[in-house]
Amino acid sequence: MEYFIQQLVNGLTLGSIYGMIAIGYTMVYGIIGMINFAHGDIFMLGGFAALIVFLVLTSFLAGVPVVLALLLMMIVGMLAAALWNWTIERVAYRPLRGSFRLAPLITAIGMSIVLSNFIQVTQGPRNKPIPPLVSSVYNVFGIAISLKQIVIVVITAILLSVFWYIVNRTPLGRAQRATEQDRKMAALLGVDVDRTISVTFIMGAALAAVAGTMYLMYYGVVVFTDGFVPGVKAFTAAVLGGIGSLPGAVLGGLLIGLIESLWSAYFTIDYKDVATFSILAIVLIFKPSGILGRPEVEKV
Amino acid sequence: MALKTTMTKDPILKVEHLSMRFGGLMAINDFSFEAERGEITALIGPNGAGKTTVFNCVTGFYKPTMGMITMKQRSGKEFLLERLPDFEITKHAKVARTFQNIRMFSGLTVLENLLVAQHNKLMQASGYTILGLLGFPAYRQATKESLELAKHWLEMASLTDRADDPAGDLPYGAQRRLEIARAMCTGPELLCLDEPAAGLNPRESLALNELLQAIRRDTGTSILLIEHDMSVVMEISDHVVVLEYGQKISDGNPEFVKHDPKVIAAYLGVEDEEVEEVIEEIEEIESEQGGINP
Amino acid sequence: MANVASTTASAGTEVTARALREAVFTGLITLGLFFLFVGLKTDQNIRNELILTERWGLLATFVAVSMVGRFLIVAYVQPWLAQRKAVKAAAPEIVKGESFFSRNLSKIAIVALVLYPPVIVALVGVQGSLKWVDNFGIQILIYVMLAWGLNIVVGLAGLLDLGYVAFYAVGAYSYALLSSYFGLSFWVLLPVAGILAALWGVILGFPVLRLRGDYLAIVTLAFGEIIRLVLINWTEVTKGTFGVSGIAKATLFGIKFDASKDGFAALFGLPMSSAYYKIFLFYLILGLALLTAFVTIRLRRMPVGRAWEALREDEIACRSLGINTVTTKLTAFATGAMFGGFAGSFFAVRQGFVSPESFVFLESAVILAIVVLGGMGSLTGIAVAAVVMIGGTEILRELTFLKVIFGPAFTPELYRMLIFGLAMVIVMVWKPRGFVGSREPTAFLHERKAISGSFTKEGHG
Ligand SMILES: Nc1ncnc2c1ncn2[C@@H]1O[C@H](COP(=O)(O)OP(=O)(O)OP(=O)(O)O)[C@@H](O)[C@H]1O
Ligand SMILES: [Mg+2]
Repeated sequence: MEYFIQQLVNGLTLGSIYGMIAIGYTMVYGIIGMINFAHGDIFMLGGFAALIVFLVLTSFLAGVPVVLALLLMMIVGMLAAALWNWTIERVAYRPLRGSFRLAPLITAIGMSIVLSNFIQVTQGPRNKPIPPLVSSVYNVFGIAISLKQIVIVVITAILLSVFWYIVNRTPLGRAQRATEQDRKMAALLGVDVDRTISVTFIMGAALAAVAGTMYLMYYGVVVFTDGFVPGVKAFTAAVLGGIGSLPGAVLGGLLIGLIESLWSAYFTIDYKDVATFSILAIVLIFKPSGILGRPEVEKV
Repeated sequence: MALKTTMTKDPILKVEHLSMRFGGLMAINDFSFEAERGEITALIGPNGAGKTTVFNCVTGFYKPTMGMITMKQRSGKEFLLERLPDFEITKHAKVARTFQNIRMFSGLTVLENLLVAQHNKLMQASGYTILGLLGFPAYRQATKESLELAKHWLEMASLTDRADDPAGDLPYGAQRRLEIARAMCTGPELLCLDEPAAGLNPRESLALNELLQAIRRDTGTSILLIEHDMSVVMEISDHVVVLEYGQKISDGNPEFVKHDPKVIAAYLGVEDEEVEEVIEEIEEIESEQGGINP
Repeated sequence: MANVASTTASAGTEVTARALREAVFTGLITLGLFFLFVGLKTDQNIRNELILTERWGLLATFVAVSMVGRFLIVAYVQPWLAQRKAVKAAAPEIVKGESFFSRNLSKIAIVALVLYPPVIVALVGVQGSLKWVDNFGIQILIYVMLAWGLNIVVGLAGLLDLGYVAFYAVGAYSYALLSSYFGLSFWVLLPVAGILAALWGVILGFPVLRLRGDYLAIVTLAFGEIIRLVLINWTEVTKGTFGVSGIAKATLFGIKFDASKDGFAALFGLPMSSAYYKIFLFYLILGLALLTAFVTIRLRRMPVGRAWEALREDEIACRSLGINTVTTKLTAFATGAMFGGFAGSFFAVRQGFVSPESFVFLESAVILAIVVLGGMGSLTGIAVAAVVMIGGTEILRELTFLKVIFGPAFTPELYRMLIFGLAMVIVMVWKPRGFVGSREPTAFLHERKAISGSFTKEGHG
């Protein structure tokens, strides 16, 4: 039982990270209907930004408190990732808006290749390990809960609340939802569609960067290929939850995190990704629009 | 309603107690009617009455909540349409349809559109691709025949000049005719047309009437027609069924339906007291139109 | 007159001013983008700790280059393009008659490909031809074939498949395993590999074809990953990440390509060289690719092929015409998968070694990119895209002279994928419909007219 709860905690932590990345996929998909394949690499880029900030702090300003360090890593990571995603949207996606559906998908894949190889070329191909930032572990009724895990879950919860507030309670969020429903109509009614889409990319990237920072803190290592696997998992999470739905993305992320840690704990770790992908396929076969997605009505 | 007994000669399509529910909305409620073989039956009714939904049930795109739809072919073979998947309704039961919002293969040429419609026949002739891939003569013969059939319908729909243009490039009226020609290429016994005259100008509308009448005359295909344009309905249909809020409110020949106060009230959305006035107006308009359309 | 001159002059200064503004803006963005990643580099020191190296000079170069580039584009390139467009619009378009070359493009290309190995051998000798035949010829043709295979699924039927490499893997492992366990020959296993891949296409396709659009895309991606992960983890059979090595070579009517007495070289009295085998492989993949093209062209003119394209245009209309869309999709999936399987078994025989590493998602992405960059559905466009993208990146390996410019530590290969990705983005933005955007009709009454890409749809399933 304790073992089970332990795995639940681990899965929740992992799921929080996936959920944060998944939101970026789902928002972009909701608003312009494209799979932003480069999003996983934005997450990786955020992790690298945090890594570099961490190194700057330790080598130039030794003795910064951990909380401040983490905060700085997160903020700089968010800024860097947001700037990158904004630029990518401007140069690679915007010119293709309204054209052929597959064209932006291909530029997104191209951008994903560019980003990971850019990091490989500029930062080197090797693993980048850092010493543990936060290492305390609490023992609650026989279950080991590390401070890292608490930080991740709490930060995810806070950010999601902020996010939920923005999307549901602010004019910006209203513009986003309007653009999502009907871009032409929104433009006619005075919504600055280009700006709204840019902001969506910025918001998604910021969340991905936070996820990247958390990932770096949790695993203590980052490498240029790290965009792919978490990216695909997060995308899977977004689809599982019902792409286009924010709560769906979080739910999907948590589910995938749980599936992964429970599968690894009780079956073989080798096939954990096979399990994740199989469950995705099975869920979609029975619920073709994901768990919380609106079913696509085929009006004839 | 009294007319009904005189009409049950040889129905091609029998719809009985059809109901279709979308969530809380009863789009069709216990609707029954029959379409005679060789006739043009019109299904009319105000917007949102459920006409398209009836079509979708007949052609298998929706599975009705309740009811029975029987299609009886010339050969006497009967099909229960509510049990067949959509493509088999066209393939085996020989019911073809068009759509209220035109559905073209816009990137294929007009000719290709008509060839796609002959898929099942050609598929068989090509030995499910394998013999055709090897170049068997039977397939070549079938290809030639399918081209002839396509040419025939191009001629009928006056689209021969545009045969090699992409379907998406045709003007609206021509697309409507192409959609009908394409449906005819499947070799149907019952043709279901969803508002074929919508958005046509008077000249195109006239050409459409002629096409429909030619189809009935030359091929004996029965037609089920949804139409808002009363002049089309009155001119070409033999039998009219009126639907309002998913329920049948009138059923009979055009003359009968036209003067049915219930229909006038429903169709024009007027109160019962005003019906008399409206009938007078209609008669006036008709006498004017009589001069234009001999 | 003077008036006109002054307005153009003021327009000129205005453009310059705008260019300057934009250059500064671009510079700032570049600074922001590259500050952390170019300005600072994470390195390991001797104790394996991470340290930072500063590269402010490089960062400054990046910023300067971006500013100058932006300035030149806004000040000169854009006005020039606008002017050219205006001139073009003003001049009535002269309809050129099709030249002999463009009419017979495919025949000329085939002849050129058939003559390619002997010409190369004549130019650089038997031993020198190895690189040209293998890295350029075979490598590109494999991708041409794969992209033509995927084109059936994506370009014709309009089904987005992000896991095509799975079928390539099935083909490769079918040959690798069946030949090493049962000792069967390549010519027996080639069709077997194709059939097995097609079978997998049907097995994977059946449950997922109800899905539409991007849901289909993610599930195909997932299946691609599942197959790769199984290949990695099912070590008893596949040897896991070590891969299967020592795969038997193909033979030409029983003649082996080895140093033995009755090997190819000895039989023809030639000095032993591995180049002959490569040339043989070149013709083999050429034949396979041409088979793919031939079948695709043939199928397009048949009811299945037309149904595929109709499916891409409008699925509901297809059903209303009595077309069984499920089997139609499945045949597209299976046919595409079959060619992937053929290509896979060729890959195994060429490498003599297969491992899961060759079947990563990136491969699927590259193949899909070639299909889309070429122009969906167009065999010529796809072949051109494969030559440009694969040949282009292969050439990067050869650019050793760059070492002279950038120093001996410079490895052009490192930049291969970076440039590949950039090229994908640039070509797509430049030509969103791909190199060949128009579609050839499959039948005609009066004359065959190409159909503009603006009418064709891309499918939703
Ligand atoms: N797939 C569906 N899901 C939910 N409601 C539907 C669906 N299809 C039709 N309806 C509803 O059923 C009712 C009847 O629609 P239908 O399209 O059949 O009307 P109609 O008589 O064809 O109208 P029109 O003249 O405007 O074409 C409408 O209220 C419509 O909103
Ligand atoms: Mg309707």
